[in-house]
Amino acid sequence: MDLLEYQGKQLFAKHGIAVPGGEVAKTVEEAVAAAEEIGYPCAIKAQVLIGGRGKAGGIKIASDQAQAREYADAILGMDIVGPHGEGPFRVDQVWIEGGSDIAAEYYASVILDRGEKKLLAMVSAKGGMDIEAVAAEDPAALVKVHIDPTREFDVSTARGIVAAAGLAEDALDQAAEVLVQLAEVATEEDANLIEVNPLIVTSAREVVALDAKVTIDGNALFRHQDLAEIADTVDDPQEQMAKEKGLTYVKLDGNVGILANGAGLCMSTLDVVAQAGGAPANFLDAGGGSKAEAIVNALEVIKSDAKVSAILFNIFGGITRCDEIANGIVTASSRLELDLPLVVRLDGTNSEEGLAILAEAALPNLHQEKTMLDAARRVVELAGSGS
Amino acid sequence: MSIVVGSETKLAVSGLTGREGSFHGLRNKAYGTDLVAGVTPGKGGQDVEGVPVFDTIVESVEEAGANTSMIFVPARFAAAAINEAIDSGVETVIAITEGIPVLDMLATYWKAKEAGVRLIGPNCPGVLSPGKANVGIIPAQFFDPGSIGVVSKSGTLTYQIGNELKQAGAGNSSIVGIGGDPIVGSDFIDILTMYEADPETELIVMVGEIGGDAEERAAEFISSEVSKPVVAYIAGFTAPPGKQMGHAGAIISGSSGTAQAKKDALEAKGVRVGQSPTEAAAIAVEMLRAL
Repeated sequence: MDLLEYQGKQLFAKHGIAVPGGEVAKTVEEAVAAAEEIGYPCAIKAQVLIGGRGKAGGIKIASDQAQAREYADAILGMDIVGPHGEGPFRVDQVWIEGGSDIAAEYYASVILDRGEKKLLAMVSAKGGMDIEAVAAEDPAALVKVHIDPTREFDVSTARGIVAAAGLAEDALDQAAEVLVQLAEVATEEDANLIEVNPLIVTSAREVVALDAKVTIDGNALFRHQDLAEIADTVDDPQEQMAKEKGLTYVKLDGNVGILANGAGLCMSTLDVVAQAGGAPANFLDAGGGSKAEAIVNALEVIKSDAKVSAILFNIFGGITRCDEIANGIVTASSRLELDLPLVVRLDGTNSEEGLAILAEAALPNLHQEKTMLDAARRVVELAGSGS
Repeated sequence: MSIVVGSETKLAVSGLTGREGSFHGLRNKAYGTDLVAGVTPGKGGQDVEGVPVFDTIVESVEEAGANTSMIFVPARFAAAAINEAIDSGVETVIAITEGIPVLDMLATYWKAKEAGVRLIGPNCPGVLSPGKANVGIIPAQFFDPGSIGVVSKSGTLTYQIGNELKQAGAGNSSIVGIGGDPIVGSDFIDILTMYEADPETELIVMVGEIGGDAEERAAEFISSEVSKPVVAYIAGFTAPPGKQMGHAGAIISGSSGTAQAKKDALEAKGVRVGQSPTEAAAIAVEMLRAL
């Protein structure tokens, strides 16, 4: 689960890391009131889960009330597209914070290195820019040190890292302290990725986290009540509905609704539909051992996306029984008055029983295919261009 | 021979008294796996359809001779159960449970490494050696004994490929589900090493997914350490951007973790990569026949 910048900063503050004070606002009036209270200059920052906000016009510095109003009005409601084409992400809240007097910009992160099975601390004196570019053009400028899982990550170890990165001499002690605190956020809050870019030194020589990119391990939310509450707020209506029904659903842009069992098979289904020239509308993993009721719920979520013009069921029953799936399809068709074309591929456990149930129901909109590839071709044909 | 589990496996199931644990544990037994014990704290002395239940894993080792532990306990207690298994004296721990916090697994991974215990999973379907033993939730009916070793991050995708292999008349030495979590006890490289040493395995099918760089590392390893032919399949070409670990993740691995990057890395080392599970299975069968 990714945190918005201000949520990340609140987490930092909880662990003693200096961050600029600020307020979150959802309307222009709230934003102006916050700016008046904080004083000028102040930063008005779009709160979306994507990088490149500054370039997209989502971060502005206001020097008076008129500007605060103008910028808040422009940023709230804008759509931000990420640097790699992600999104668009609609801005529905802004964070207003006091302007910072920047003497130097650094980069600091603590992230999980899956390959090495350790936390990795990274620090660079070249902050405030695209760190991927820094790593590619000047690898020596990015100092990377794995955190020994068997030892305490102490200030002296951290000081060695920030010194090696070439941070200003008079900022080393504070920066080392911040790095230790970031590692603490990682271990105590179950954060698998923490990135601060930039970590600044103010002209008063104070080290402050000016941005926060934090990813929390969704599996650990049971031990973080405050973070679990954030996870409950989902914007997309289909994703919200899926969440309430306990389904794993990710909305995509296309018109071919997809339902498969198991994450791997579901991803593979998206791939073969795309290879057949189609555009998947969603990822929906009905899970292992899916029962009829789960299938009704899943179809309800898929159908609620108005873009969907045909639906593909790709089921390989292991623990999942194909007769249960078939019963779910028949129930859902009548209960949801489903008239979209349904392409069904049932294989594996109890597939013969499942196919018999479907044959008996003789749904006019249902098309059976024997293999995953044939099913993908058929659904793409039936879905049409979708525009 | 086969790898990880086989006719020498003596299995203890932690969570055998639970609904899922008893269903799958007894299914494994019905397949022919030597299920010697169940483990549930506070239920020692009971039995599940004749299988004795102990309070601790170490008792199942000492009193029933267990050498393999399967973990079927709920996520928030699972890491502790795996740690108990590591300390109990078993050689192999297979963790089926999904949803274990990554940091818990980080500590457990190093504990297993230190103790020299083979850990498979978590969040995996287990290991099947057709005709010998099945430990986990893999539906055995889709796999015949044979000479193709399968290693996979995904469960259902493995069944799909296994079924295609079976229909083409090919069987498997073992099927190992390593799990798709960020931190797993055994990676592709660990299992590839075992297949390379296994005389029964003639060809290896590797099934990967987006995320991390385990496939890229495996590609390097295959080119220098694996003499047997390897066929791969990668899922997730159409996965939406922004669902991965972000910039910092790409910096460490030097790879973006996308399906395309993994495919490219494998092909650069001469590994053939199927476009679909069906094609991967077809390539594997064709290469096996040509051996």
